[in-house]
Amino acid sequence: MESKEIRMLRERANEIRKDIIRMLGSAGSGHPGGSLSAADIVAALYFKVLRIDPRDPRRPDRDRFILSKGHAAPVLYAALAQRGYFPREELGTLRRLGSRLQGHPDMKKLPGVEMSTGSLGQGLSVANGMALAGKLDGMDYRVYVLLGDGEIQEGQVWEAAMAAAHYGLDNLTAFLDHNGMQIDGPVAEVMSPEPVSDKWRAFGWDVQVIDGHDMAQILGALERASAVKGKPQMIVAETVKGKGVSFMENQVGWHGVAPKPEEAERALAELEGLCLRPGLEGEGDGR
Amino acid sequence: MSGKTATREAYGRALAELGGYNKRVVVLDADLSKSTKTADFARVFPERFFNMGVAEQNLIGTAAGLAAAGKIPFASTFAVFATGRAFDQIRNSVAYAGLNVKIAATHAGVTVGEDGGSHQSVEDIAVMRSLPNLTVFVPADEAETFGAVRAAAEIDGPVYIRLGRAGVPPVHGQGFRFVPGKAVIIREGRDAAIIATGIMVAAALKAASALAGEGIEARVVSMHTIKPLDVEAVLSAARETGALVTAEEHSVIGGLGGAVCEAVCQLYPVPVKRVGLPDVFGESGKPEELLEKFGLTPSGIADAVRGAVKMKKAGI
Repeated sequence: MESKEIRMLRERANEIRKDIIRMLGSAGSGHPGGSLSAADIVAALYFKVLRIDPRDPRRPDRDRFILSKGHAAPVLYAALAQRGYFPREELGTLRRLGSRLQGHPDMKKLPGVEMSTGSLGQGLSVANGMALAGKLDGMDYRVYVLLGDGEIQEGQVWEAAMAAAHYGLDNLTAFLDHNGMQIDGPVAEVMSPEPVSDKWRAFGWDVQVIDGHDMAQILGALERASAVKGKPQMIVAETVKGKGVSFMENQVGWHGVAPKPEEAERALAELEGLCLRPGLEGEGDGR
Repeated sequence: MSGKTATREAYGRALAELGGYNKRVVVLDADLSKSTKTADFARVFPERFFNMGVAEQNLIGTAAGLAAAGKIPFASTFAVFATGRAFDQIRNSVAYAGLNVKIAATHAGVTVGEDGGSHQSVEDIAVMRSLPNLTVFVPADEAETFGAVRAAAEIDGPVYIRLGRAGVPPVHGQGFRFVPGKAVIIREGRDAAIIATGIMVAAALKAASALAGEGIEARVVSMHTIKPLDVEAVLSAARETGALVTAEEHSVIGGLGGAVCEAVCQLYPVPVKRVGLPDVFGESGKPEELLEKFGLTPSGIADAVRGAVKMKKAGI
């Protein structure tokens, strides 16, 4: 039997997936595959784990989440809107002229966005800086960052991995959205970063490997990570690109192509079917 | 005239002083702290100093994160690495994100000397100046460096400070006050104006003295802020003298010369001669030999002034 909380978070992830499809369908461009693969992780963070207050987005002791794989902006926007940072209707403005919802997250425009990302490989360094500042100030906030498995081909990621361990940033938890696909094809064929767990471990990180779509495993890994002392933590989340929409799952072609109106409808119908309790409202209860 | 001080040395001392009264200041380096002089800060405030190793991209990204969490990070390495190796991090994680990061880059220009062209940044002003949101300071001496460092800490936004390796004499008198974006006339003249930046300000003063002996009175302007450019100072120099010379230890493309030409072309066209590297990389040699080779000298500037005055008289 799953707990009420896990059921709530699964439903929330499904709502986030529906918003992703709606937003991308309306925008006519964007990145569905890597947004859908990260929906469960992002739901767990925004509706259970992160100590945040949408009414006071800049409060100094808040937890921080950086979407380093910035092209998955729709998953972040959907979570922020559903968490109350801005009206959910605004999701329909994604990628339009004058919108606060830029193609990649812009911290200057949208409340709740902790870092402007998009040029891959930069988010972990920024997370390091935030974690260092937290230690310097004796504050107990935690910093979370989500990396893509194509993204870790960037050299800067490994500079940052080295530094996070060197400075013992145990207030930093990273997720690897290990969906196995990048624009040009399977990650293993384009430029294999494997074995990823061994690499992060060799760089001095605590490493866990989980099913990135199993809410209980996500929560368990996060709880375990927060208890690790002296090391940054990597949670390698085995995920499926395009998760939740049958015709997008594991299809490289859906990395950076938005669904056409009829495809969006089919996708929404599928997600509707997955939804256990439609019209779910309410907020997570924080950490 | 008192002795010479490299602007990087002044930077180290200014930074240590700043750290004493501003606890938000943190400093990062990429394995060059003895050369960039951030070691002066590290000695007194070790808990606020972070060596990132030979990893400039992570240096700038980490500084961005510290800034996002309320710190005032000064990130230092050589200019060629800061603005070249980490350009995308400066562009996206700092300037585009509008974060309060100060990039203080030393060993700019050919006065790096013997290390050669791989280490001599001749394009950093151009690339930094082209980024929206960024303020660009190029101090000429110790006083301007102290002013630039203090001002950078006050500015809420990204700042690039270009510093040098070689000693430079003071160019300002006692009463000097550094005001960001405000050029300083340090010698008056009506026949031409030399607008100089960095180590070329001292050379410009010498050039003006030499020219005075020939009856050419040249104004000398220290343009310590390249961005935002003091357009008013450029235009009054153009109106009042009718002939301009720019002088910088940098390529003639895109730096101070480029900025001045952009301003006068659009607003008050007058002849402009640019002293700088003629679209070439540097090479190994003693700093003074390299300055001589590329005409970054009082006589090189004086020649340019004579040329500009000639063009003015010919009505070009």
